[in-house]
Amino acid sequence: MDTHYIKRQTANYAALTISVLSAAFGIFFLFWILKDVFVFGFKAINIDFFTELPAPPGMEGGGLANAILGTLMITVLATAIGVPAGIMAGTYLSEYGRKSRMASVVRFTSDILVSAPSIVIGVFVYALLVKPLGGFSAIAGAVALAIIMLPVVVRTSEEMLKLVPDATREAALALGAPHWKVTIHVVYRGAIRGIVTGVMLAVARVSGETAPLLFTSFNNAFWNFDMTEPTATLTVTIFNYAMGPYDDWHQKAWGAALLITVVVLLVNMISRIIVRGKA
Amino acid sequence: MKDKFTIKDLNFWYGEKQALKNISLVAKDRKVTALIGPSGCGKTTFLRCLNRMHDLYPGNRYKGEILLDGRNILDKGLDLIKLRSKVGMVFQKPTPFPMSIYENIAFGLKLMGVKSKSEISGRVEKALKDSALWEEIKNRLNEPALSLSGGQQQRLCIARAVAVEPEVILMDEPCSALDPVATAKIEDLMTVLKQSYTVIIVTHNMQQAARVSEFTGFFMLGEVVEFDTTERIFTAPSNKLTEDYITGRFG
Repeated sequence: MDTHYIKRQTANYAALTISVLSAAFGIFFLFWILKDVFVFGFKAINIDFFTELPAPPGMEGGGLANAILGTLMITVLATAIGVPAGIMAGTYLSEYGRKSRMASVVRFTSDILVSAPSIVIGVFVYALLVKPLGGFSAIAGAVALAIIMLPVVVRTSEEMLKLVPDATREAALALGAPHWKVTIHVVYRGAIRGIVTGVMLAVARVSGETAPLLFTSFNNAFWNFDMTEPTATLTVTIFNYAMGPYDDWHQKAWGAALLITVVVLLVNMISRIIVRGKA
Repeated sequence: MKDKFTIKDLNFWYGEKQALKNISLVAKDRKVTALIGPSGCGKTTFLRCLNRMHDLYPGNRYKGEILLDGRNILDKGLDLIKLRSKVGMVFQKPTPFPMSIYENIAFGLKLMGVKSKSEISGRVEKALKDSALWEEIKNRLNEPALSLSGGQQQRLCIARAVAVEPEVILMDEPCSALDPVATAKIEDLMTVLKQSYTVIIVTHNMQQAARVSEFTGFFMLGEVVEFDTTERIFTAPSNKLTEDYITGRFG
């Protein structure tokens, strides 16, 4: 009786210890990365970092203003392409297709697309847009990122819409509402927080992408406001600067890493607050 | 006394499975008709035929006639939206929309094409007064409907159904998720509603059927065993099965 109890207690402590250690192990590396990013990145952050163009190779000073703008332009365009398409596809899956063959094909495809390596998507867009149109462009970069966002938005929208009970849809239809009005005025109202969260997570996910941009938007040392031209982005800049020979480049790469990390962190936090508030 | 709904030889299938067999009954205008019977006997299935709710899911099939004011609502080409604005429904569990109390009721009015803001707010107030909810919530119209208690939510759903001024209100066990106090309020409400509407209610609670209805149909295994005035069903049923059920020998 007593030995049985002691056995159970020991097993409990053992399991608890192992799970706490595993959790600590994961968190340890996360904090290590965050610490390095903050410590090294902070030194690079100053007004010039946000307002100046990159200095010529080997020279001190300058900033990454063009890359910040480029990342912003490409991410906004990618969101403008990927989010509406994703939400509409999710709406089809949850509200119209449901059990149809078409819906299961779409679900399967988007599950595969989620796990597709982003570099493959970069190469795909290279073949689709860059090669035929004769050059790297911000548009090609945005299309690549939109393709990466798409499956994330599709599946989260579908899941969030499905959380709205069927009884609610029936109640609206029973009032004499047409299907589309039920979807827009009732179902979306119930799922909006979840959908916004899904969109923000998708934005956070693509804002750290580098590989697909190397093949699509490439890079640019100067200001570029033309979406059909090669455009600098923070992630590609990190890639180039971190591999470069100059200390100042390394410094700038840390700064860019810090900026992306902080933005992604903020986006994640905001989406969590949205979900928590009066859900 | 006018017949509002006349059902003749109605059969209904969920895919291959026949759920209703040769149902015939009438629902009188401005009366409460109760449908009772053991679980799974087809009461709810029948109720949902009356506003063609089954059409939402593929594979369902009707045969027979459901006449609403003499017109068969199973006819092809019938406008379901018009039908449903004439035949409102209140569900078993409260189904408030994820919006404010006010918007819940305004939703139906806007569907009907009511545009004037003052008319909408007037009719929202009237619907809430008619469903005995106004005094409790008049200061919280802009709060989410989901913040109301279960009984209040159900009365809100009734108010929402009433606001669009249908001719018939179908109620599918509207009190089964509610406590006795809330149930009493809704039963009071039904006696008020029947002055202006035809009410058809599915209930598991035989006392409730006896209290609120003028006519009662007893369903079993997808068939109507007996349909008569509530008084006769509960005092002198002509069928042995009905008697066994209402005296609690099974079900």
